[in-house]
Amino acid sequence: MTTAAPSHWPGEILAAFKAQDVRLVPYVPDNVLRPLIAAIEADPHFTAFPCAREEEAIGIAAGAVMSGMRAACLMQTSGFATLPNALASLVCAFQLPVVMVVSERGTLGEFNPGQAIVCRTMRPILDSMGIEHHTLTRLDECGFQADRALRQAFATRWPACLILSPLLTARPQ
Amino acid sequence: MTRPNTQVMNRAALTKRILGKLHKREAVVGGIGNSNWDLWAAAPSRPENFYMLGSMGLAAPIALGVALAQPERRVLALEGDGSLLMQLGCLSTIAAQAPRNLIIVVWDNAIYQITGGQPTPAAQSGTDWVAIARASGIAKSHWAADEAEFDTLIETALTTDGPHLIAARIDSEPGRHQTDRDPVRFAQAFTRAMALPIG
Repeated sequence: MTTAAPSHWPGEILAAFKAQDVRLVPYVPDNVLRPLIAAIEADPHFTAFPCAREEEAIGIAAGAVMSGMRAACLMQTSGFATLPNALASLVCAFQLPVVMVVSERGTLGEFNPGQAIVCRTMRPILDSMGIEHHTLTRLDECGFQADRALRQAFATRWPACLILSPLLTARPQ
Repeated sequence: MTRPNTQVMNRAALTKRILGKLHKREAVVGGIGNSNWDLWAAAPSRPENFYMLGSMGLAAPIALGVALAQPERRVLALEGDGSLLMQLGCLSTIAAQAPRNLIIVVWDNAIYQITGGQPTPAAQSGTDWVAIARASGIAKSHWAADEAEFDTLIETALTTDGPHLIAARIDSEPGRHQTDRDPVRFAQAFTRAMALPIG
């Protein structure tokens, strides 16, 4: 009878972070991510803070994960597009389980042509480096996907990327 | 403000002076290129050293991540001026998080040494790294006037609350030994070392 509101997906992601002992969350903010960032910052389990640039967040996560603290970096699509060098030469070359959560702009109703073009680069970049990525589209699946993707990243010591589709973050569910 | 007329020192010699003061399994993150190579030359088998490869500008953010994960361990980033210029925003992030255990050392030779010695934009403008760091909110930022003051600044940074930033003008002598190109081994050794208690 009850229909979950779209704003409930942040709770699923937050629960997966906790289940996989992610405690550090450096981010570059985004409007779609706002409820997730707010929920994480309100929870004393997490240390979360804004960075000036997405590369920085990747560096911070790399240092933390090698020092025993699991991290996830939050960003939007255009910010992800600044990352290929850091992903190739740091995260992949050193085989570090750095997790990214990207809110997907540039598809399903985008108004900005630049965002639409940059969005098309994201999955080819991830595929070119063999970085596992999952597009989260449904509230009833996103918690399972996030939990399993993070579990695999930390178990296999390899980066992973969760892409938050507008199907999850904007569609009434 | 412009960079002060401090003594021009030698990165390899200063790196050795830093390593000689580390007795508590402090983490040291070496920036890309010559910063790394002199760290390697000073103590190649030290597992608490992390030798970054290609992610220019990320030595300080990596060190910040280590510092946040392990507040009891001192963490140093050895970063070149050209690299820092590429990621200046991290100084604001570091100031905002204010990790007491983080020390950033800036090697300022005003050139991109590894690519052939071309001057950085900051060479002509006379950019003052300490002024930038202070204006970013890292109050404990200092130029080292000479080797004796460099020693004192490092010792203070190792024993008092930071974050600290220490800048040193250096000559253009290239690193003497290149690191092994073995990132997975470096990551695994560093991870194991970070799992050990500080001495």
